[in-house]
Amino acid sequence: MFPILLLLLPIVSALVLLALPGSISKRVALVGSILSLAMVLYALNTLRFDAASANLVYNQIWLSSLGSNLSFSIDGITMVLLLLTNILMPLIILSTFNREIHKPKAYLTFMLFMQSALVGVFMATDGLVFYIFWELALIPIYFICLFWGGEGRQRITFKFFIYTLLGSLFMLVALIILYQHTTNHSFAISDLYAAGKSMTFEQQAWVFWFFFLAFAIKMPVFPFHTWQPDTYTNAPTQGTMLLSGIMLKMGTYGLIRWLLPMVPEAVSAYSNTVIILSIISVVYASCIAIVQTSFKRLIAYSSIAHVGLICAGIFSYKAEGIQGALVQMFAHGVNVVGLFFVCDIIQRNAGTDTIANLGGIRSVNQRFAFWFLVIMLGSVALPLTNSFVGEFLLLNGIYQYNVWYAAIGGLTIILGAVYMFRSYQAIMLGTTSGNTLMFASLKKSETLVFVFIVFIIMVCGIYPKIILDISALDVLKMIMH
Amino acid sequence: MEQYIPLIPLMPLIGFAVLGLAGNRISKNLAAIIGCASIGLSFVLSLMVFNAQLHTEDAVTVTIFNWIEAGSFKAELAFLVDHLTSTFLLVITGVGFLIHLYSVGYMHTDDAHNRFFTYLNLFIFFMLLLVMGNNYLVMFIGWEGVGLCSYLLIGFWHKVTEYNKAANKAFIMNRIGDLGLLLGILMLFSRFGTLNFLDIKANISGIETNNYTIVIATLLLFVGAMGKSAQIPLHTWLPDAMAGPTPVSALIHAATMVTAGIYMVVRSNFLYSLAPVTLEFIAIVGLVTALVAATIALFQNDIKKVLAYSTLSQLGYMFLALGVGAYSSGVFHVVTHAFFKALLFLCAGSVIHAMSGEQNLLKMGGLRKKIPLTFITFLIGVLAISGFPFTSGFVSKDEILIQVYYHNKLYFYLAVAGSVITAFYMLRLLMLTFFGNFRGTKEQEHHLHESPSTMTIPLVILAIFSVLGGFIQLPHIYGGHPYFEEFLSSVAPTSEHLDVTLAAKEWLMLGVTSLALLIVYFFTKKFYADNKFEGVYTGFKKILANNYYFDQIYNTLITKPLNAVSGVFYKVFDKILLDGTVNGVGKLVNWSGGKLRYLQTGYTGFYLFAMVLSLVVFLIIGLYNLI
Repeated sequence: MFPILLLLLPIVSALVLLALPGSISKRVALVGSILSLAMVLYALNTLRFDAASANLVYNQIWLSSLGSNLSFSIDGITMVLLLLTNILMPLIILSTFNREIHKPKAYLTFMLFMQSALVGVFMATDGLVFYIFWELALIPIYFICLFWGGEGRQRITFKFFIYTLLGSLFMLVALIILYQHTTNHSFAISDLYAAGKSMTFEQQAWVFWFFFLAFAIKMPVFPFHTWQPDTYTNAPTQGTMLLSGIMLKMGTYGLIRWLLPMVPEAVSAYSNTVIILSIISVVYASCIAIVQTSFKRLIAYSSIAHVGLICAGIFSYKAEGIQGALVQMFAHGVNVVGLFFVCDIIQRNAGTDTIANLGGIRSVNQRFAFWFLVIMLGSVALPLTNSFVGEFLLLNGIYQYNVWYAAIGGLTIILGAVYMFRSYQAIMLGTTSGNTLMFASLKKSETLVFVFIVFIIMVCGIYPKIILDISALDVLKMIMH
Repeated sequence: MEQYIPLIPLMPLIGFAVLGLAGNRISKNLAAIIGCASIGLSFVLSLMVFNAQLHTEDAVTVTIFNWIEAGSFKAELAFLVDHLTSTFLLVITGVGFLIHLYSVGYMHTDDAHNRFFTYLNLFIFFMLLLVMGNNYLVMFIGWEGVGLCSYLLIGFWHKVTEYNKAANKAFIMNRIGDLGLLLGILMLFSRFGTLNFLDIKANISGIETNNYTIVIATLLLFVGAMGKSAQIPLHTWLPDAMAGPTPVSALIHAATMVTAGIYMVVRSNFLYSLAPVTLEFIAIVGLVTALVAATIALFQNDIKKVLAYSTLSQLGYMFLALGVGAYSSGVFHVVTHAFFKALLFLCAGSVIHAMSGEQNLLKMGGLRKKIPLTFITFLIGVLAISGFPFTSGFVSKDEILIQVYYHNKLYFYLAVAGSVITAFYMLRLLMLTFFGNFRGTKEQEHHLHESPSTMTIPLVILAIFSVLGGFIQLPHIYGGHPYFEEFLSSVAPTSEHLDVTLAAKEWLMLGVTSLALLIVYFFTKKFYADNKFEGVYTGFKKILANNYYFDQIYNTLITKPLNAVSGVFYKVFDKILLDGTVNGVGKLVNWSGGKLRYLQTGYTGFYLFAMVLSLVVFLIIGLYNLI
């Protein structure tokens, strides 16, 4: 029951929103997203007390001739992603308040459709359904970037679309190969797992790399990342938030659910290569972030670095690493949305996000400086913030795999401090420039977004068990198999 | 007693929360009261805990909750209080309270007065967490937390870009050390399956000396200590950290935070004792830092910079003590140093206050009559750090020197030379500040005044402790008893050398120290109290005055190459190679599409021809099994 409700609620709110006048559409969308969040929390409660509850599963015969069913289910791993999606959606919608948005109805409708597609990806337990939702998620974000993006958006959005679509096609091929190897011609995930294990190493290798390509482009991991900085910089703020906060987790989630358990031999053979790529991502993107002149682009590159560490932790195939990856996905989603919101406010008030042209905002707007500071501390993984837990567990997992990878990947805690603290100083501290002199105080809706983000950063940092416990059992089960 | 333990860090945390939320809505006086009271309460609780610890050898553990649990990893948020922790608790809350009190006067005219107390309370909270954690990860919370507070307080006057840069430098340099510490922690976890101090200690039996894992792990932990306690080569942030308000320099960058490295090593003494190689390395790093920093201090013209380099040097002595296995001597020097160095910094603050913000020694002189109380307390501080007989500094430093003597004679002679240099730069500082004629402007002279009593009371109290603090560890030959070492013996092994010390040697040390002090006194008096000192250095002295050009070397060797490499990554690798390839593929598809388009001629004959041709090709391939 929960899966289908979670899929339909955003669609219903979108339809309601379209029927009502445009002046209240933001509020309608907000209410809809809060209802979804309430639903997820209810599901979380069910999961905690009765993980085998029938309400967490939805199964409907669909293309029986193909062996594909509309089947969804919610376990601990999925739940972390559902929580992330549904906690971020109200915040992302709230971030549109007090903003002049061209054609708000269409904009919000695309966002809600996006939400529906995303939860579909995270819940699907049928290969074909997974693929369909995976591609569905691309359509709304494509239009969001294309119609509401910045200068040069046609070219950039087209590249983004083609690049990720190409990756997905490889995944489709992988799914078909797996399907061909099922004994009963079925797309059910358990049958695909069995099929994957029955394949020869060579076949597994093909499936591995095809899947990996799709996920690696989505996250993205070096060297498949070049679409990302342009797209993040060019997309409208909410588009960037959706892309970085939630959509990239499709890739990391895909690794955990669809790749690791699918082709175990290939995973153990190629983990090393993938971890090396991921560690390169960490250092390479961190270095590039240091020399960025645009703050939005700096965050984009820092995101590549953070995701690189997540990917490496996942491939360590240790309970600590995967648990760390899940916590860090959650943490990174919250923090990066916070950072892009900070960037949005700066851009709106100062008219630029060029770091060198800013400065002194702290003397004009002390509260904003405080929120920014805490989010930055979260992003550089200071203990008692959410991402310390994630990064520590990730490094722990990677350490168990290979000491040197942990040492090099650990450079992120130094380089992250370098680019974040340097830019914080240049943007917020010192004396005001012409651009920042008239920096407005925060609106109520803006403060509300920050309050929630900072609250989550602190709570998950001080008492991370609220996230860790959700997925602990299912991760352990996965490792055991 | 157990129920009080969590309250100790809770008090400053509450103080921080209240002050932070209230901001400038409450008056400066109220903020000062809240800020001081929270630390005062903590101090009282620490006294109670300390008192309870006096009567027991047992460590007390208080668990708050399970902090991180994943897979086989588990770390609790729990406190451990034993003799080592309770010693540090007293120093942190005791000296911390006095410095809070002092700040009431010092920061009174600052607009951000309330924010100052907010940060200061937060600092004490993290510092307490650091010394109270029962495992390495809780210690790490405190470790990075004090780093954050240090960052916030160095850049306290955030409109000045130079200060902000100093703050960034401190945070980033500390993070370099922190990576080492973190890797060390991971290594310990993978070896022992726990990060709990007591559990690891219980599991070390049977590990042979200089075990590879233990050596590497202790070295990595020590890298963290080098960052936090500013040991060469990770020391350059500390002199710049003097950009912060002077009470901050006294509390964070002299008395407490920078001694965290010492605490960590002593806390891990059971591991370090298994790794003599690491200990030797620590001794050498400590000795080099002690000497190098002392030589730099000789040529500084900023009152706080002299004290900063002196702190580096004294921290070096502490590490030297740990390196020769004299853990309790190191901790003892932490305690006495906290008294006299906090005193010296606070006196410097009083001088700066009197001089309307002036920090340049060349502009001072002759202040002893203008601010007599500051002068006397400063003099006591100088005597203590220079090792004047029977002051606290004399007792603790002599103890270190004797321990070093039994370890390695060369280290001993170098360390003695260092302590003579110490006496020299401290007396130079004293002469330039308080003797000779006043060299500042008329306006400054007009404003000269003794500080208010909230500032002078802490000076007097610290001065008393700087003199008497040594008596808890006075050697037998002077009629004392090593109470302090006995107290710490439940945590760290005692050294064998204290009791066998020959009386003759001790008397010799006393004589030599006194003589050296006397000579140094006359020298410095002659050179620096006659108003002819110009403070301009050339040649080798210039190199020393500029911190051996460490900053410039780092800039050339690390900062600039990092920026250059990053630039190449971005502009060449990312933009041209990777993105170029991606775009190239796109263009290739476009281009080939454009060419292949011409095949769509629309002539049926052409299509038929193409079809037949293809069939023939496939037939040939099929016939000869070409694929």
